[in-house]
Amino acid sequence: MNSNFKTNFQKAQENKGYFFSNDKERVEQILDALMTNRDRYGYMACPCRLASGERTEDRSIICPCDYRKEDVEEYGTCYCGLFVKDKEIDVSGIKVPERHVYE
Amino acid sequence: MTQKKIIVYSLSTCIHCRDTVRYIADKGLKPSFFDVDLLEIEQRKKVLADLKDVNPQQTFPTTVIGEKVIIGFEPEEIEEALKKG
Repeated sequence: MNSNFKTNFQKAQENKGYFFSNDKERVEQILDALMTNRDRYGYMACPCRLASGERTEDRSIICPCDYRKEDVEEYGTCYCGLFVKDKEIDVSGIKVPERHVYE
Repeated sequence: MTQKKIIVYSLSTCIHCRDTVRYIADKGLKPSFFDVDLLEIEQRKKVLADLKDVNPQQTFPTTVIGEKVIIGFEPEEIEEALKKG
């Protein structure tokens, strides 16, 4: 995982009010999965959703996804568990329902 | 007693899917799982059609234990489904 990318990505999202949880191992796994999707598709498709490989079709599920704001507000975390409202939150115990509808 | 049929429709990149497969495997059970994102096109189409039959939303993970369909990582629902005769 490119540590510069992670640091910059984290800072950019924190400036918008979204944090990575303190579960560093889990966060690292999710970030690695985003990198896998970036290498595979050319963009960071959400690691918990099946991307089509077409950027325009997958636009709403490219991280940060279109559903993040509502999910973090309502559940404290986004769908895949990368972003949280509160760093102390244990995301492994939270199930966020899927808002995305596959075409 | 034979193990109930356990199928997990998963993505290789999805941490909730990893949690589900690991949870079941830690019980000494052997789920069949499909990392749908790694399948070749024709097999992927078939597996997605099967997934759609049990979960029209086609989300991951989807776990099938016997007749029970479990959406997301839900340890309590998995336990309950495994207990049922």
